[in-house]
Amino acid sequence: MRVNFTVNGSRETVDDVWEGESLLYMLRERMGLPGSKNACEQGECGSCTVYLDGVPACSCLVAAGQAEGREVRTVEGLAEGSSGVDEKLDPVQEAFVEAGAVQCGFCTPGLIVQSHDLIARVPDPSDAEIREALAGNLCRCTGYEKILDAVRLAARRKAEAAR
Amino acid sequence: MATPIKSPGHVAAPGQGGVGDSPLRPDGTLKVTGEFAYSSDLWMDGMLWGATLRSPHPRARILSVDIGPALATPGVHAVLTHEDVPGRKVYGLDHTEDQPVLAFGEVRHQGEPIALVAADHPEIARRALERIAIEWEVLTPITDPRAVIADPANLKVQERGGIARHQPVRVGDVEAARARADVVVSGEYQVGIQDQAFLGPESGLAVPNEAGGLDMYVSTQWMHNDLKQIAPCLGLAEEQIRMTLAGVGGAFGGREDLSMQIHAGLLALHTGKPVKMSYNRYESFFGHVHRHPADMRYEYGATADGRILYADVEIVLDGGAYTSATLNVTGNAASLGVGPYEIPNIRIDAYGVYTNNPPCGAMRGFGAVQACFAYESMMDKLAAACGISPVEVRRRNAVSQGSKLATGQVIESPAPLAEMLTRLEAMPMPAELDASDIRDLPGGASQTTHGEGVVRGVGYGVGIKNICFSEGFDDYSTARVRLEVIGGEATALVHTAAAEVGQGLVTLKAQIARTELGVQRVTIAPADNTVGDAGSSSASRQSYMTGGAVKTACEAVRARLLAMAERKLGRWLRSFGDLNVVGGKIVSRSQGVLATIEEVLGDEVIEETREYHHRPTTGMDPVTGQGASHTQLAICVHRAVVDVDVDLGLVKVVELAAVQDVGKILNRLSLEGQIHGGSAQGLGLAVMEEIVVSGGLVRNPSFTDYLIPTILDMPPMRLDIVENPDPDAPYGLRGAGEPPTLSSTPAIVAAVRDATGRALTRVPVRPEHIVA
Repeated sequence: MRVNFTVNGSRETVDDVWEGESLLYMLRERMGLPGSKNACEQGECGSCTVYLDGVPACSCLVAAGQAEGREVRTVEGLAEGSSGVDEKLDPVQEAFVEAGAVQCGFCTPGLIVQSHDLIARVPDPSDAEIREALAGNLCRCTGYEKILDAVRLAARRKAEAAR
Repeated sequence: MATPIKSPGHVAAPGQGGVGDSPLRPDGTLKVTGEFAYSSDLWMDGMLWGATLRSPHPRARILSVDIGPALATPGVHAVLTHEDVPGRKVYGLDHTEDQPVLAFGEVRHQGEPIALVAADHPEIARRALERIAIEWEVLTPITDPRAVIADPANLKVQERGGIARHQPVRVGDVEAARARADVVVSGEYQVGIQDQAFLGPESGLAVPNEAGGLDMYVSTQWMHNDLKQIAPCLGLAEEQIRMTLAGVGGAFGGREDLSMQIHAGLLALHTGKPVKMSYNRYESFFGHVHRHPADMRYEYGATADGRILYADVEIVLDGGAYTSATLNVTGNAASLGVGPYEIPNIRIDAYGVYTNNPPCGAMRGFGAVQACFAYESMMDKLAAACGISPVEVRRRNAVSQGSKLATGQVIESPAPLAEMLTRLEAMPMPAELDASDIRDLPGGASQTTHGEGVVRGVGYGVGIKNICFSEGFDDYSTARVRLEVIGGEATALVHTAAAEVGQGLVTLKAQIARTELGVQRVTIAPADNTVGDAGSSSASRQSYMTGGAVKTACEAVRARLLAMAERKLGRWLRSFGDLNVVGGKIVSRSQGVLATIEEVLGDEVIEETREYHHRPTTGMDPVTGQGASHTQLAICVHRAVVDVDVDLGLVKVVELAAVQDVGKILNRLSLEGQIHGGSAQGLGLAVMEEIVVSGGLVRNPSFTDYLIPTILDMPPMRLDIVENPDPDAPYGLRGAGEPPTLSSTPAIVAAVRDATGRALTRVPVRPEHIVA
């Protein structure tokens, strides 16, 4: 089948998609966007989290066809001027590197999208709010301490930038 | 030569900072933008997808295999069985070679690979697997490791017998000490099967090359050891295979054994096309070995004031169907079986056993984790029997520099366990429970009470782990360092085959080059086998070993740079032999700054490759277990504070506090990450993680049913990192990744015991153990 949708601001048409494919598979294997990760493919780990019409979703649980006519934003599309020479990391991305929240990094894209959404909704989240928002994103490396640090840092930076 | 899209490349290390600083990760930006090329992200034009047919039975004879219908499926390019393995049909770690590339004759565990398919689409491959018809004679699996020990000649999963290794340790006279003991305590302890649960699935790409060999892009912990196993099975010379490390999504021991490497290689050679394989999570649970489950019996005798007189210990580790790392895991369990305590009389029997249960091998902590849960539980039992505090009983028996381990090995570098315990005890306690926010109660938002049944508990745990490979293994790493002027700036290139698995070795390599060469600009080459063996990213050894190799290679480059400077600046020098490199400048002690590195180097290139070996170790005596079998030891101590709902059986870990001696802090940010992450995996083992097996079958192979800690399960962690340098190690460092995984588990269980009064002899602790 053919799927028409918007990815990171660009209108795309993908042909020959098999009906059983997930949005995650289509992004990773048909569109050269493997930033969204495939750690469990059953909605438990959050590593495949993308924005679907502005709402974070596990792209492994979304059928490719369900993306028809919709707007998807992946980790590849979060930075300003993504993939260009003038690429400027989003404060959430910057904070994850600086705070030591990235080790193997496999959970990182999903956590970044989820954290990005949290800070957009709750500019100054409490620790309890951060923990609740990220409870669906598994990380096996960090024990989450530096991830909390990163989200706090990103929230602070975004607040400063808004002032 | 064709290279895959998103293949690993050189990365420039950003920022500044030498040894002791915490510069940014060279791969950090790639990882936060989704650009980092993990092994599951690789893609090539015309590539096929490989898939694996696995045994549904833990033990069965294969009577026939019919691949005809599978091969006839449109879109299928190959269906392979053991008959298609061109070389050796078995492989394995440590020269054991008992694991079939594809099963023949008999399968020995559920999930054992039987056949392979290569197809245009992963779904076509999956459907073709369903069309492979196998006639089975199902056999009764051997699943009780203690039964195997009782009758190893008849209960043989492997031809060589039922027991992979029995390692005794004998010190002094246990019977005589028993007669003198004022207090005797005993216990039986079990550890369930823990999974590494790395998030990046087993995956990779095998690409046929012009020379009839393969270019392999895989995620592994030790590519040179992979190659030694892959090449003979594929009937290729090692020189015909180019290994490149693709991005690794965590490892924790689970990538020491091969997974899809030989299989993808077979399919690629057979079809002449690039073949990608990527397991899903279900398959991953069968695609790698796990932590050995353990069944342990301990008896300690002590004086009335809590000084241990003897330890009588039996440790049974179920290695499952194939040897994997069982020999060395058993050795570790034996040599570290009573922990960092001075005990004059010891009898330990550690067994690694073959069964038809899931194969077990390396996981963070490697044989020391299981024993640690038992010996720390025993310390608490002893404290209670003697009426002294858990911390005091540990202090009274603690090793220190100069003490002997159970193996008779003298601890030659600092081991200030008693002081570490005192520091731990003095760390501030977390606030009392505020039951007004339901999210703070055990069970969190799903709590159904107002916290009436919640009781707080505090517990302590101590762990000691060997760093680097032990028992006489010639453990080494290799580094190539190249210094040249690029774009007007002196640039160091660091090239090793060491696997970056998330731990931050790429950051550290750049730090070492900056410190040793005085340059700012460092480039990290991708890990591949065009440079010598780096050994495994395991045993907490890469900072030590590859760090040591990079340091040594840099020193050689620096020596040549300084010699070049003397030659080129000779006529201005008042004396020779007093030059150094500082902050990018050639500096003489007597004359100050003489030139920049760039001015000295000009367009010349200095390149050196060095191997680094650690202090040699000896084997363990097969009868007494005696020997200086470890090169370095590292200690971590934990305090856990828990809230337990004693009515519902729910546990919330409120805080973990740790004191760890790391010798020397090379990168505080990465180091803290290791301690946090190690503590988290120990928490998982304490209260939630277990691969449940019955009748040889895994009952929970998914992240829905195998639970690892989420951000809601992990408490704040308070760290006190101490530095007592090891004079034998580069910069005085001590490996740090594993020790916290040992000590957090017993600390948490002790805290739950403190809250509940329950014996809790098995991990993970389940709600029914608490409310029973």
